[in-house]
Amino acid sequence: MTVSALPSQAQDEAGPGIAPQLAIDSRFTVPGIRCAGCIGKIERGLSQVPGVTRARVNFSAKRVAVSHAPALSDDVLIEELRKLGFEAQRAAENPLGRDDKETRSLLRALAVAGFGMMNIMLLSVSVWSGADGETRELFHWLSALIAIPVIAYSGRPFFASAAMALRYRRTNMDVPISIGIVLATGLSLWETATGGAHAYFDGAVMLLFFLLAGRALDATMRSRARSGIAALLGRMGRGAHVLDTDGTTQWTEADRLAPGMMMLVVAGESLAADGEIVEGSTTIDASMLTGESEPRPAVPGDLIHAGMINLGNPVRVRVTAAAQDTAIADIARLMDEAGQSRSRYVRVADRAARFYAPAVHSLAAFSFVGWMVAGAGVHQSLLVAVAVLIITCPCALGLAVPAAQVVASGALLRKGLLIKDGSALERLAEVDRAVFDKTGTLTLGEPRPVDLSALAPDECRTVLALAQSSRHPLSRGLVQALQAAGVEPAALGPVDETVGEGVRARVDGEVAALLRPDGAAEGLTVDFVHGARRVRIAFNDPQRPDVAETIAALGAMGVTSRILSGDRDGAVRALAEDLGLEGQGGMQPADKLDVLQRLAEAGHHTLMIGDGLNDGPALAGAHVSIAPGGASDVSQQAADAVFVGERLMPVALAVKVSRRTMAVVRQNFALAIGYNTLAVPLAILGVVTPLIAAVAMSLSSLIVVGNSLRLARAAG
Amino acid sequence: MNILGFLIPLALLMGLTGLGAFFWAMRSGQFEDLDGAANRILIDEDEEANGQ
Repeated sequence: MTVSALPSQAQDEAGPGIAPQLAIDSRFTVPGIRCAGCIGKIERGLSQVPGVTRARVNFSAKRVAVSHAPALSDDVLIEELRKLGFEAQRAAENPLGRDDKETRSLLRALAVAGFGMMNIMLLSVSVWSGADGETRELFHWLSALIAIPVIAYSGRPFFASAAMALRYRRTNMDVPISIGIVLATGLSLWETATGGAHAYFDGAVMLLFFLLAGRALDATMRSRARSGIAALLGRMGRGAHVLDTDGTTQWTEADRLAPGMMMLVVAGESLAADGEIVEGSTTIDASMLTGESEPRPAVPGDLIHAGMINLGNPVRVRVTAAAQDTAIADIARLMDEAGQSRSRYVRVADRAARFYAPAVHSLAAFSFVGWMVAGAGVHQSLLVAVAVLIITCPCALGLAVPAAQVVASGALLRKGLLIKDGSALERLAEVDRAVFDKTGTLTLGEPRPVDLSALAPDECRTVLALAQSSRHPLSRGLVQALQAAGVEPAALGPVDETVGEGVRARVDGEVAALLRPDGAAEGLTVDFVHGARRVRIAFNDPQRPDVAETIAALGAMGVTSRILSGDRDGAVRALAEDLGLEGQGGMQPADKLDVLQRLAEAGHHTLMIGDGLNDGPALAGAHVSIAPGGASDVSQQAADAVFVGERLMPVALAVKVSRRTMAVVRQNFALAIGYNTLAVPLAILGVVTPLIAAVAMSLSSLIVVGNSLRLARAAG
Repeated sequence: MNILGFLIPLALLMGLTGLGAFFWAMRSGQFEDLDGAANRILIDEDEEANGQ
């Protein structure tokens, strides 16, 4: 956690060792890809840039892979993307590699099991319909020939996990599964060799198929959410432009920065290390660290920290602490410790397995002993025991949890909430307290113009066009507000941006500009100048539109909310009073964690919603946590879910859907257990044939999946 | 019953072909961008010629 929580390595320009004629690949995350038009625009626009050989958009992952000449730097490409109208960040080197691999190997195992199941069924159907003698023997041998390699390949995920559990003297769902499959295969092989009537190859392979389907669903859900979150990552400094002694600058990754280096930080860039300003004065946005929304001035001699964003002039910063020694790293360590408590959470399926596995094993053993005592031979008793194992194998149980969770997370995804894994849904269902951060969580965390009514429609169009050509946070706020109002940008001549001053362009023969007000203006403001006219536009950080509704919806579900923020106490209390909540300001990361721990000791399950780095430890330490899409990397990694967009409602929706999901999971368990109470007595009595086992198994799985699909409209 | 000697290998072969095709599709990245493929069909190839 300590390592991954820090800005990790980014895709960089070509190293010196790469031959110049070779094209290199860079990947960027572009969260703004939303439609077919965007794909076309980006791919066409980028391939017209000299030096770019190929650009390919991955729509699902919101990513662009660009193959380009090494001379072309990533910054140039990001700038080109911005000109096309898309915010882009360097993507870390395939952060999803590991998850992807797991999903792929499960899918491969599922495909092999499916192939085996279909072919063995083909043979089994003729055996069930009365084939006997040599034909039955031949078919059994063929089944064995197909089943054994298939089981050896597709069963590995279960065998490996069961072996791991046994090594630590624990038991999980995979232990009865593995024992059942191995025993059934072994016994069927014996039956085949001795010309017996019943072979369970079909049952064993079918069991694997259904269970793998459950596992694959679980893994797909995780990787789907992760790729969504990875697309949102990258708002923190992953590196810096380091000034060499000869005056040239070089992009250096965050973990290679060392004290004493001189960083050049331009407007809009975030710091990758702690440092002291040596040259230039500017304003910085420290909301990531402190939660304070108002930018503060910084002059030479001031200490500024990694994660803060430079809003004004370019500054030179001498690194005082990098990598593990930064203020961020301290927060990361705090998070690391806070996260330990969550790893103790036991998932529903594993809790069920604790009771289920011993029950199944003793039932099978009991049937074996019972039949031995009743005078049946070892062979017949073993046959009955295997039938019990196959029938009780948690086929429906293995599907009960993942099927419901996948359907629910898909429904939430369409409403703008990404759940990282199934365990998050389980924990969300238990919450009875919600703790909100203020800046960036209850508010948008971005400056927006307070009032644009002073501008004429024509002027709005000019302002939008000017703002679009700048990357200053205030310009972005203007773009968001004007676009939301349906304003179309005006056509502009060449735009000239002076960092720390503003943007200028010619409109109708006169200079139009967005400028920083002269002198020390109060708060966040921008002047729009056109000819002799001058309009001052003020900005603030507005509340999300549906805060009150969301808190009311949470209240209706029995979840009490409160606000804990690092912002000034007065501002927090005012907001809390407005919303009718309890609120506390001036909280340090450790204070928030403290409050959460006290709540936990009082027996409450707390949902933490926060975005800043200062919320990181609280997000990691809470029972379950949600971060907004605009949050820092660290917070998004620590949180269990991420919601995108301006609305807060997905938070309340998540709690509602998770509770319905757990209700469906409980129904699924009841269905699966109900089926067992019917089938197990038959198995113990020895009347279950492979045919009955196969039919019962598929039916119960279908019922469980069908029941789970009802959740598709849970978020609607 | 001799027909079985032909049909069973045929069934297995067809199954294996399907399995092989799935493995190939997975390795060559056919499942990398499912939503993108659905959207790409909407891209108008002539857009560029129209000067948009």
